[in-house]
Amino acid sequence: MPEFLLPLIVLSPFSAAIILFLSAGRMPARYVGLLATGSVGLSAIISVILAVLLLSAPSAEPIRVTLWEWMHTPVFSAHIAFELDPLSLVMILVVTVIGFLIHLYAVDYMRGDPGIARFFGSMTLFIAAMLVLVLSSDLLCLFIGWEGVGLCSYLLIGFWYTNPANTAAARKAFYITRIGDAAMLCGLLLLAATVGTLQIDTLTEAVTAGQITPTAVTGTALFLLVGALAKSAQIPFQTWLPDAMAGPTPTSALIHAATMVTAGVYLIARLHILFTAATVAMTVMAVIGTLTLLMAACSALVQADLKRILAWSTISQLGYMFLALGTGVWQAALFHLMTHAFFKALLFLTAGAIIERVHHEQNIFRMGGLLRTMPGIAGSFLAGASALAGLPLITAGFYSKELILSSVWHANFPISSRFSLSGHVLWAIAVVGAFLTSLYIFRCFFIVFFGPLKKDASGHTPLLMAIPLACISFLSVFGGVVEIPDTLAPVHLFTQMLNPSGFFTHTEDPAWLLYAGAAAPLVGLSVAWLLWGRTSSVIQEIPGQTIIIRLTESGWGFDILYDFVLVRPFRFLNWLGRHDILDRMSSGAASATRRTNAFLVRFRTGILSYVSERTIVMTREGNVLLARMQNGRVRWYAAWIVTGLCVALASAVLS
Amino acid sequence: MSPLPALVLVPALGGAIAWLVDRPRFVGARKITDASWRVTLMALVLETLILVLATFRRPAHPGPWLDHFTAPWIPSMGISIRLDMDGLSLSLLWLTIILSFPCVLLATRQIRVNAGAFHFLLLATITGIIGTFLATDLFLFFFFWELMLVPMFVLISAWGHEGRHRAAIKFFLFTQGSGLLMLLSILGLVVAHFHETGVLTFDYFTLAATRLSPSLSMVLMLGFFIAFAVKLPVVPVHVWLPDAHTQAPTAGSVLLAGILLKTGGYGMIRFNIMLFPEAAERFAPIAMALGVAGILYGAWMSCAQNDVKRLIAYSSISHLGFVLLGIFSGSRTGMQGAIIQMIAHGLSTGALFLIAGSIQDRLHTRDMHQIGGLWTSMPRLSGAGLFFAVASLGMPGLGNFAGEFLVLIATWHVSPAAAVLTTAGLVLAAIYSLRMVNRIFLAPERADQQPVTDFPARHMIILGSIMIFLVVLGLYPQPFMTFSTPSPLSITAEPDKVESPP
Repeated sequence: MPEFLLPLIVLSPFSAAIILFLSAGRMPARYVGLLATGSVGLSAIISVILAVLLLSAPSAEPIRVTLWEWMHTPVFSAHIAFELDPLSLVMILVVTVIGFLIHLYAVDYMRGDPGIARFFGSMTLFIAAMLVLVLSSDLLCLFIGWEGVGLCSYLLIGFWYTNPANTAAARKAFYITRIGDAAMLCGLLLLAATVGTLQIDTLTEAVTAGQITPTAVTGTALFLLVGALAKSAQIPFQTWLPDAMAGPTPTSALIHAATMVTAGVYLIARLHILFTAATVAMTVMAVIGTLTLLMAACSALVQADLKRILAWSTISQLGYMFLALGTGVWQAALFHLMTHAFFKALLFLTAGAIIERVHHEQNIFRMGGLLRTMPGIAGSFLAGASALAGLPLITAGFYSKELILSSVWHANFPISSRFSLSGHVLWAIAVVGAFLTSLYIFRCFFIVFFGPLKKDASGHTPLLMAIPLACISFLSVFGGVVEIPDTLAPVHLFTQMLNPSGFFTHTEDPAWLLYAGAAAPLVGLSVAWLLWGRTSSVIQEIPGQTIIIRLTESGWGFDILYDFVLVRPFRFLNWLGRHDILDRMSSGAASATRRTNAFLVRFRTGILSYVSERTIVMTREGNVLLARMQNGRVRWYAAWIVTGLCVALASAVLS
Repeated sequence: MSPLPALVLVPALGGAIAWLVDRPRFVGARKITDASWRVTLMALVLETLILVLATFRRPAHPGPWLDHFTAPWIPSMGISIRLDMDGLSLSLLWLTIILSFPCVLLATRQIRVNAGAFHFLLLATITGIIGTFLATDLFLFFFFWELMLVPMFVLISAWGHEGRHRAAIKFFLFTQGSGLLMLLSILGLVVAHFHETGVLTFDYFTLAATRLSPSLSMVLMLGFFIAFAVKLPVVPVHVWLPDAHTQAPTAGSVLLAGILLKTGGYGMIRFNIMLFPEAAERFAPIAMALGVAGILYGAWMSCAQNDVKRLIAYSSISHLGFVLLGIFSGSRTGMQGAIIQMIAHGLSTGALFLIAGSIQDRLHTRDMHQIGGLWTSMPRLSGAGLFFAVASLGMPGLGNFAGEFLVLIATWHVSPAAAVLTTAGLVLAAIYSLRMVNRIFLAPERADQQPVTDFPARHMIILGSIMIFLVVLGLYPQPFMTFSTPSPLSITAEPDKVESPP
């Protein structure tokens, strides 16, 4: 039974996507939405059934299905195979449930768009690709999903293709992630060449048994890390994600919450045994995660575009996940991934609802006072914002962030054999990040919903959009109680499900760690209230006049740097390459031959004509000369004869 | 009775009939405008039936070679008509047939000027290709090698686009010149064999047993290699390809990119690797370096083009670099990857040329600056274009990726650095493919856009079947990999198996 359900979970959205693409826009819009949402809903139901089956089973054996052998050669083999263990179970639940709610929301949001079939086709394909990614038990099969989500994000970001900026953003996303994919492919090749298979179980066994040399493990881990960083928009690949806002809002919600950016986190969590064996990669990961979370939080603090604030906040939150992964607590990363999926989907969908009602205005400084006109929306945004900030006890984000922070405190990151980076430093930065998170999201909340009314909101949010918002609001608030720090209450459902053999305990944690983590968001909230919340706000106008703020707003100048370091040289190379040099050379050789030929021809004709002319002239002149000698005078003749005779005699005598 | 000679003869005869029926005298007053097209289609259907027969016929002899045919031709010089078929030939024959159909169905019906001659030449090229894939007598092989060249030359120079004469002459000079080198190598091999055994023969299996000094075998191998390298093409000698592909009529481009180039890869496997294994092994580092250079150079050039067909042509050079890399990687994995890549490239690039040709028919330009936003007016054609562009950038799950990945694994075993460089080619592939998609399909519609008609549904069925082939090849390449492995020489090298019953 589970063996039959597992492929069906992928097949359902995939076949919906095929039908939608084949219908080529001839299907009525109502049925399009129904089909897409229904197919993802079916997947969600199957995921829940599978969850019950997997967790109720007495043995903790994962469900494995090998569909067929993909490639087989003497040195390598790959299978199309799925495996459901607690890790992938969490992922499929997040992907299908959040995906289903986003689809439900999109039915109404995208109503009336002429390309609705293309939209839902890409969305369901996105879900299918993500499900392949998280269910595969073979890394090469995972790579299908990995590239598949990249392709779907390209299609969806550039969905409104009539605006060149959108397609440029779509291409940027694809190119940057493709660079990471190439690195990941190198990692896969290295593994495949060393082990001969990319079956995840076999790989982890090989790593634990020490069959792979430490160099190969480190190399693979670094290659895969680059792939994961690109997919999850971490430094130095973060530039594609803020631009990816160009797509329709449900797409942004899907990319940021359920699919795509979480793929990198999932990959590292899935291969955590391999990464644990490569300490260099772990340190790099933790440091990059910390830097990213701080940098992105600062950028989010100075944005004026509602969706861009959320985009930078996603990068920042992914930084927390990478910090957790680098620390080795992949369970904490996954927990944060789950709660982040709830509140980020909620924030995006709410933002979409706000933007739709204020006539497609995205600048928060042109909104204001929306609390009165849309209290329901404000409520759900508040739920999402509190969860993102991690307000203590009452939100899901608090528990997951707390789990990460408490683990980082104890960790130690070796840099070289003598030096190591203390976890305390990263912990401190992460707490500052938590303060900034709370500051920027409540800044946004107060500016949008408080203060004087600046832009009239029209209409009301339809029921079909309100239901998903309510569901995710509930999850954002209460989704975190599955894992509670020991200081409060010993609930460890989540980590125990992922790792039944027992996870770390934090009984020896000093209590002030927890209090510091809980205080940071509250301080952020208070500061935000002081600055932007009261009716006479301290900072009302758009920030960004000083150079440092402008730099931060534009994403720390990475785009400009890449433009100079990568894009322009590449354009220059292209400019050089607009003519094939080798082709030029062959053409040159051809024309040289032709010229030589022509020259030779001319030379030959020239010589010939010269020679013949001279011959004619000489003949004529000789003729004249000879004619002159034959003048009929006998004395001349006699004189010639005597001269000749003398010469002959002289030569005969003298020689 | 072996179906092999029929496989070679049917297209040739069909072409002759197609030419004849187009003459007004022949049909009389009641002239059908597309008579030659119909005849061509019938010839292809007949050819398919014969190929089905050849595929499912029980092999006359146990062994990897599926079918044999021999008949004397010029006995005094040891030349015979000898055709043999193994899995490799059969896969490439199927590719030929599968691509000939879209070619004829989508691209040649609208030919009005001298349609009979056009179809004759098209079928003559196909005859040459099929003969090349089957011939195992070296003289006969050379004959077919030249046979596919001449009609293609005429096709380009008579039915091509604006710069056709130059392109055709370039094509002819490069392939003809390298073909002469191959002839010298063949003669050298035959003479060496004659000196050793006193038997004058052009038979592939007999010649394979010739003992050669290392330097002589290297020289002879290089003669073959240069001819195949020009055809494949390998980078320094690729310059004929972009011009020929761009200027050829659509059907010609599809044949060139889809099948004709594969004769180069086929020749490398059958003649370089299997006739001169030691020399090929010594030459392998250079060949692999050329392969990597081709992948990067082709991709780089492709990024810089503004002409759709030139862009696709350069991307072919990049893709066929993988074939060269795989063939000379010295392992079975690489060889299988190269074969999968040849088939997948034939399908995806052939389809892209069909689409580019249709765009040119409708808009009368190939300049990507002049085309834009076709998705609004032609969703079907654009969707298909997107699919094949994505296939050609190496999306996992489609045929090209399977081939590229196998080649990369084989390369990694030889030189990880080369494999890492090659993956950079994959990034460039994304850039040129998406650049094309963006310029042509996903862009704001141009204001001066003439009204255009989308692909009709029946055309989409044809493209759809190519898509299905690519998906099957990408997700389940195993049968092709097992099946299309070239057969070893030793099985049929014994003379007693040569006398196959008539």
